[in-house]
Parts: sequence; C-alpha cells; structure tokens
Amino acid sequence: MSVSWTETVKQIAGINLHLIRGGDGPTVLVLHHDIGTVDRLPFYEALAARFNVLIPHHPGWGKSERPQWLRHPRDIAAMYAWLLSDLNEPGASLVGLGFGGWIAAEMASLAPASYHRLVLIGAMGIKPPEGDIADQAIVSYIDYPKAGFHDEAAFKRVYGDVSTDQLEAWDIAREMSFRTAWKPYMYSQTLPHLLGGVRAPALVVWGDDDRIVPTSAGQAYAKALREATFTTIPACGHFAEMEKPDAVAKLAIDFMTRT
Amino acid sequence: MHMMYFTEQPMAAYDAKAGLDYGATALNFSNSYYNPVEGSRLYNEYLEEYALVEECGADGIMLNEHHNAPFCMQARTNMFASILAAVTHRVKIVILGNPLPLSENPVQLSEELSMIDMISKGRLVSGFVRGGGQEQLANGVNPAFNRERFVEAHDLVVKTWTTPGPFRWEGTHYQQRVVNPWALPLQKPYPRVWIPGVLSKETVIWTAQQRYPYIALNTSIEATKKIHETYDEAAREAGYTPGPENFGYLIRVHVQDTEEKALQNARQFMWMQGEFTGLAHPVWANPAGYFSPSGRRGFVEFAVGRAINPRGNPTFEQQVADTMIIAGTPDQVIERLKYVVENTRPGIMALWGNDGTVSKEDRRRCIQLMCREVMPAIKEFGAGLGLKDPWEANAPVHLRYSTDIPTQKQAAE
Repeated sequence: MSVSWTETVKQIAGINLHLIRGGDGPTVLVLHHDIGTVDRLPFYEALAARFNVLIPHHPGWGKSERPQWLRHPRDIAAMYAWLLSDLNEPGASLVGLGFGGWIAAEMASLAPASYHRLVLIGAMGIKPPEGDIADQAIVSYIDYPKAGFHDEAAFKRVYGDVSTDQLEAWDIAREMSFRTAWKPYMYSQTLPHLLGGVRAPALVVWGDDDRIVPTSAGQAYAKALREATFTTIPACGHFAEMEKPDAVAKLAIDFMTRT
Repeated sequence: MHMMYFTEQPMAAYDAKAGLDYGATALNFSNSYYNPVEGSRLYNEYLEEYALVEECGADGIMLNEHHNAPFCMQARTNMFASILAAVTHRVKIVILGNPLPLSENPVQLSEELSMIDMISKGRLVSGFVRGGGQEQLANGVNPAFNRERFVEAHDLVVKTWTTPGPFRWEGTHYQQRVVNPWALPLQKPYPRVWIPGVLSKETVIWTAQQRYPYIALNTSIEATKKIHETYDEAAREAGYTPGPENFGYLIRVHVQDTEEKALQNARQFMWMQGEFTGLAHPVWANPAGYFSPSGRRGFVEFAVGRAINPRGNPTFEQQVADTMIIAGTPDQVIERLKYVVENTRPGIMALWGNDGTVSKEDRRRCIQLMCREVMPAIKEFGAGLGLKDPWEANAPVHLRYSTDIPTQKQAAE
C-alpha cells in the first residue's frame, strides 16, 4: 500500500521550514544529506509503513527558507528540537543520513535522554581517524553525488539524466554546506566528547564503499556513543538509503522496533 | 591620464606539458612542478623590470596577487609593494588589489598598507578585490561569505585608517577588541582606493556608491560601456556625476621594434590556453555561494559541460581583431590604443605588457618602447579628450569627502 504524504510549513526560528510527513506509528525524524533530498524514496516509503515519518528540508535547503544567521549544524539541531517540541513529539527516534547524521548526533548530545533510538548512516560530524571527508568544493555537481554510490546504476536510478533544477538545488545545497560546515570541513571537534551521555541505543550503518565519509568515522561514532552497534552494508556507497534501500530500511526498522 | 605598467609575473619556467596532461594549471596542479631556482631568478628579473618601468617614465606600477597557479608569482601583493616602496622613487604603487575576504585580520592589513604608504612617501594606491573563487579555496576561506567579508573588511580597514584608536570592532565576520595600530597612512584622509573587476555588477554598483574608480580588466569595449552605464546609474543615485577619473581600463599590449616580433610575443598572452587564471574546473573559479545568485542557473549548466563558457573563449586572432589584445610597433600600438581610449574614455589606464615565456630581453624592450613612446602619446591624446585621472580631477578619495553633493558637505566638515 502506498503511503500518503503531506507537505506543510512550520515557522521555526524566524523562517518557514518545509516538512514532509507520512505514515503511522511511533515518530521518526529523518534528516537528509548535504545534497538535499528528492521528495519520494523507497527508503522513506518503507519507514512510513511502520512509523510516523517526518522529513524536514534543512533550513536553507530545498523548499525551506534560508536563515541568514545560520552557521553550524548544531544550530540546525536546535531548530529541529524546537520543531519536535512544537509538534509535541517527545521520544522520537532520529535517522540521520550523512550530513543529517551529524545533525542527529548533535541533537542527541544536546538532550541525551530525549530520543528513543538513534540511527546514523554514513554520518559526518566526526573527524575520521583515518582518511578525510571528501571535499565537494573541488568537484562538479554531478561528480560529487556520483562518488557517493558504489554502483553508478544506482545513481541513475535515483537521478536519471540530472535536470537543471536538480543541479541548481545541488548548488544551493552546496552553498548551505559551506555556510554551516566550511571549517573544519564537515566535522565538529567537540562533538565526539559529548556523545558519551546519549541514552538512546544507537545503530551506526556504513556502506562498505563509502568514498565520502571514511568507515573509520563510523567506528569512531560507535566508540564514542554509550550503546552502539556498528554494521556495514556490502557493495554500497555513502548514499546507502538510496543505493540499498531495502537493506538499510530493514536494519533501521528492526533496530527501532526492537524492545 | 594615469598610465601604468602591469604584468601577472608569470611563472613560466615549468613543464607546460605536465599542466596539459593534468588538465588544469591552477589550484590543484601540483607544486612539485615548481622550481624555486627559476622562481628566484624570475622574481629578481621582474624587480629589475619594475625599476626600468620607473626609469622609462610610467606613472605607476600595477600589482596583484593570485595563489596556487603558475600564471602569477605574487602570493602576497603587499610584499612586492613593500619592496617597490623602498627601491622606486616616483611611480605610484598601485595594488589592484588586496583580496580582502582572504584576510583574517583586516587591522593588520591596514597596518601593512600604512607602512607601504609611509615608506613610499605617499605613493600607494590601495585597491581591493574579492579574489577569485580559487583564491578562496587555496586559502581555506569560505566562498559563501565572500562579499560580506569584502565589505566588512573594507569598512574596518577604512575606519582603522581614519578613526583615532583605540576602538572596538564587533562585526559579523570580524571581531577585534583593541583596534589601535601604531602605523597610519601618510596620505590623508587615506590612500586612494581603486576597485578592479571583470564581471560582477554588484561590485560595480558598490564601487560607484563609494565613489571609488572602477578598473575594468580587459573587458570588451561593449562590456566596458555597460559597466559605465551601471556605474553612472549608481553614481547618480548617490548624488554625483562620474567622469573619466572614475574609470580605469586594463588592456594587454605588447610592443616591439617589428610587428612580426610583437605579434609572436603577444601570442604568449594565450599561454594559459586563453584562460586568464589558468585552466581550471568551473567550480574552482566559482564555488557555490561565490557567484551572484542571479547567474546560478546558467553557471550550473556550464559547470557540468552542458553550456558554453559565458565568458567565451575567443582565439588570439579574434582578440587582436576585437582590440582585446594589441601588438605591434609603437606607432601601430598608439593608433589602436587611441581607438580603445576614445571608446572607453578611462582616466586610468593599465598596460599589461608581458606574459608567458617572453624572453628577458624582449620584456625589457617592450617596457622601454611602451613607457617611452606609447604612454606619452596616449597621455597627450587623453589630455585632448579631457581624460583626467583622479589626481588631475582632484576627485574625493571617497563619497563622504565629496564637496559637490549638498548633503555630503556637512558630513565632510
């Protein structure tokens, strides 16, 4: 059965935040990548079959208005905590994808007892002990997302012949990434020290061929968090939920529904 | 009319094939191809050439800076400006310019410029630029805040020059709690500021709002006229009528005793395959957030290879035909330059004389002919057209020092 999605606008911190909602069940906040998100994905459908799924466009990305003052993913984390309070959604689970994983980790560190489960998939936010987070500033709009797939066919399946609208959205997303995570690039030097208090059990998932965020960052997350499981998905890149939606959805759903 | 000499100071002593094989000659083109022995030789030759420029009579020497690329050896324009402040005696030292957003400490930049002004005994022209996209990347500076940092750093430098310290600066991108440098410019109220540029309409408007001269960098005659229109409109809104003293023009010119030799050497202006700043990926030159949002759609298509370069990529022959490059004997060059001057009416002119692998001997001959024969003839021609430079026109250093705007008179007093 296909899910019915609604789109609403919420006023948060002085801007109009675009929010996509669908499904029924316990609440899951899904936080998208640095490249933004397409509106519908098989991964989102799978989650919505079991959960009340909230997918905001990050402030400044997609259809959400840009807060000129925004400077750090921690600011975005505070905005989403505000959003969940306004929606009266205590005890939600967080699913963070790449850059969104960084925001989810910041949210959890700021309110260690507030969330039910934490799922981090290829999360940015920690300096990888080995290797570096890929620098999108020096590659083209298409090459960067492509580098996040193990198999180019998976990129094609999601984006097809990339439209000019999509290219523009990627440029805007890139600008927002620069405005919030330029230096140090895509990680926080303080976050690893603040994760130890997080009470929510965490699942850390990595594509085994993630060329955007080295796997060592995933292992570092698992080590810093109080209760975390680290797992990899074979033949899969950084955009794991787009490349292997079934496998990632099964892992996430099993983890978030386990008592 | 102010006539000055310019060169990018090419670091041509590298393996050109390596750059072509790599597919880029900027930002990420490895400095393992850089030879410091050749670098040492070239820096010293260029310094000797600047001394020759002064000896041969030019009004000014224009300097700039770029990073991570063979097309320009100046990594810090204030360094050559400092040396020239000490070793020259008459020429204006025209920095076009310091890339303000690259500075993490505009107060120190203001100190350096004050030192150059004092050491040169008041010969500094302190231009400012945003810096190209790849300059931001080469220096780890956020391109998304480039324009904001440009404006704020400018305001801080000018305040540091003109307001007695100590004072405190609590800005958006700069916070400095004790601004009180013991170095101030000799020229009052402060050294002239000129703003060079190529593309950005926003910069032209900002420049006109400050009443600073705008120096068009080798733009076509048509594009230059459009720049003037944009400037004129913003100037009128600010309450003044701009004249030639508000405009400058940089053009590539190579002079030799024979046309054949001049044309052969002028081909070196294309040594970076026609790209001023070297071969580079479009997203290096225009990282996200650097470019005007109005150009976003066209740019993303160009960046992924779906559209042609909006700046075009004309051949050498086309550029000679369109007077984007002028080469020949002094008489030939004078004739072509008169046409350009008539059509662009600048009060400030920069002749970009040598590029690429032009030999030391030919570079020096070009300078001699350019400064001794071409520049005086063009100055005379410009005088006939009423083209005054900012000193001849006694132009205010900034809009706030205007005496021809009723509301400004009070402010200046």
